[in-house]
Amino acid sequence: MDVKDIIKPENMVYGKTKLLTDNILHYCPGCSHGVVHKLIAEVIDEMGIQDKTIGISPVGCAVFAYNYIDIDWEEAAHGRAPALATATKRLNPDKYVFTYQGDGDLASIGTAEIMHACNRGENIVVIFINNAIYGMTGGQMAPTTLLGMKTATTPYGRRADLNGYPLKITELIAQLEGTCYVTRQSVETAPAVRKAKKAIRKAFENSMMKKGTSFVEIVSTCNSGWKIPPVKANKWMEENMFPFYPLGDMKDR
Amino acid sequence: MAFKGAIVVDNEKCKGCGVCVANCPTGTLALAKHVNSRGYNYAYMAEPDKCIGCTNCATVCPDDVITVYKVKI
Repeated sequence: MDVKDIIKPENMVYGKTKLLTDNILHYCPGCSHGVVHKLIAEVIDEMGIQDKTIGISPVGCAVFAYNYIDIDWEEAAHGRAPALATATKRLNPDKYVFTYQGDGDLASIGTAEIMHACNRGENIVVIFINNAIYGMTGGQMAPTTLLGMKTATTPYGRRADLNGYPLKITELIAQLEGTCYVTRQSVETAPAVRKAKKAIRKAFENSMMKKGTSFVEIVSTCNSGWKIPPVKANKWMEENMFPFYPLGDMKDR
Repeated sequence: MAFKGAIVVDNEKCKGCGVCVANCPTGTLALAKHVNSRGYNYAYMAEPDKCIGCTNCATVCPDDVITVYKVKI
């Protein structure tokens, strides 16, 4: 059978969701952000909640997320997305509100906001992209940077005596009473992407059930920051990130 | 029952990261020797006969440039 006979509209099994705009993503080649954007857009599309969803974009590489997913967006000050989401959700309880934050935004400058929003049990979704580095500003050390990992500010590798230990923020958040669903996923292979999509969908569904905060961490790559090509970066992540940041549900009730 | 698939890559939007090539279970995909107008070696079906339409490439594509078609044969 010729390829031309297969490529017909009725045979299409996977295509770009309408919720993603036609803008070219500004992310580097192979960046996990693109996959997570796609998953969020697909989940919103499948749930049919395009006009009922408000996203809060962070400061970081994902600051332009509002250019790519066709829903309502707000732009928060650095780290303050959970505070803005709290206000948005309390004023619009019938809307689905989610924040999209990186590890520099959520685990460093925004630690107070995320801790208290989760502890209050705000009915929001938090999508947390953990790539163990500050991507946008040039690959500096983040709180989640692994020990021994080379970054722009730790050129000889992160040392525990000088730079402290990597922060497992998701484990800390799982301890809080206000959270109902805390999970850690990844998006480097097709099965992992499908699992992550299920987790994101569950988190969005939870936010309408008034059960508390849903927190989805996505362990990601930063090819430019790590200075590793995309496919090798995925392998590096599997070998080095997963032992320290094990995947799976930490809390589900 | 067997399936046969085919993909269409939006060459201009593809950034040639190669994640789809690494995730293709049948070795259908490869990065082209030619580049698009932004200088990236876009992905293409090097061996179209091998494609089974599993959608793995499109699922992992960070830029969502792959459309997958599939038929029963």
